Amino acid sequence: MAQTIADRQDREIITPALREIASDWSADQEVFRHTHWGKAMMWIFLLSDTFIFSCFLTGYMTMRASAVLPWPNTAEVFALNIGGHDIPLILIAIMTFVLISSSGTMAMAVNFGYRRDRRKTAILMLLTALFGAAFVGMQAFEWTKLIEEGVRPWSNPMGAPQFGATFFMITGFHGLHVSCGVILLLIIASKVARGHYDRTGDYSAVEITGLYWHFVDLVWVFIFAFFYLW
Amino acid sequence: MKHDIPAAVHVGQQHPISLYLKVWGYLFVLSALSYSVDYLHVQGIVRWTLIITFMLLKAGLILSIFMHLAWERLSLIYAILVPPLLLLVLVRIMTIEADYAWWTRAIFMGGGG
Repeated sequence: MAQTIADRQDREIITPALREIASDWSADQEVFRHTHWGKAMMWIFLLSDTFIFSCFLTGYMTMRASAVLPWPNTAEVFALNIGGHDIPLILIAIMTFVLISSSGTMAMAVNFGYRRDRRKTAILMLLTALFGAAFVGMQAFEWTKLIEEGVRPWSNPMGAPQFGATFFMITGFHGLHVSCGVILLLIIASKVARGHYDRTGDYSAVEITGLYWHFVDLVWVFIFAFFYLW
Repeated sequence: MKHDIPAAVHVGQQHPISLYLKVWGYLFVLSALSYSVDYLHVQGIVRWTLIITFMLLKAGLILSIFMHLAWERLSLIYAILVPPLLLLVLVRIMTIEADYAWWTRAIFMGGGG
């Protein structure tokens, strides 16, 4: 770099990184021109989705902090009886591991997509969809269990009625996202398998689908921490 | 770093598969750790600190490696990461609101609300 002629202020105060941002936003051009348009759009969608889920979680925080009846102990509510023992929160732990595994296979699918490995990409995406479907299945089981125990969006035999409202709202909306993700994965995986992206020469769709899928996993990280563990 | 257009535009990013397997392993370990916080009945401030720490570490790994944010241009990174910081204001406002609602219920509704 031409450090000898660089002006002192430029070098010390305005770092090269900041200058790059300034030029991206001000140089009479599209800011994200270096990024595939689909990827930029997916990121912007995910940003809006971040706000939706954050509003749900903030609403949950408000309701829980203002509830006068005791909040149910999630470790007991979501315990499963395996081999005669009640293991606390085990169903949610399994769901977490399943979703993380799906993220792992998805990341590898994106990688093989960019290596133009059609077969491995399609197989890994199908595996991801399978993990996702398993997650939704376990969530359906969890909902059934709680509904049988009398938990409703407006009431709850274990304590604060707000528990039911936030539980069904947050996990339901997340489950909807997972279900949409499974459908998206199946569509893109079948396009990969049929060689669609080999003909267009652009495997970005796999990465964009991957962004969505990792986001679903990311949201679960926050739900797991705040709703189940707190 | 400054002048080149990220290779992702043309040929995609090439990272060894072992990187993803490693991150996968870390995520498993972190999840197991946060589960054990509950399993071992850790309570109070230690519990909350541990939960938040493991949560942020997991979120960071997913965002930076799995979602490739570590290799994106800074303009995109900041456009994604800065706006959610506004939510901290919402959280602060709603903490005050929740406190108010709780005391109102406790004082005027006999704690039964």
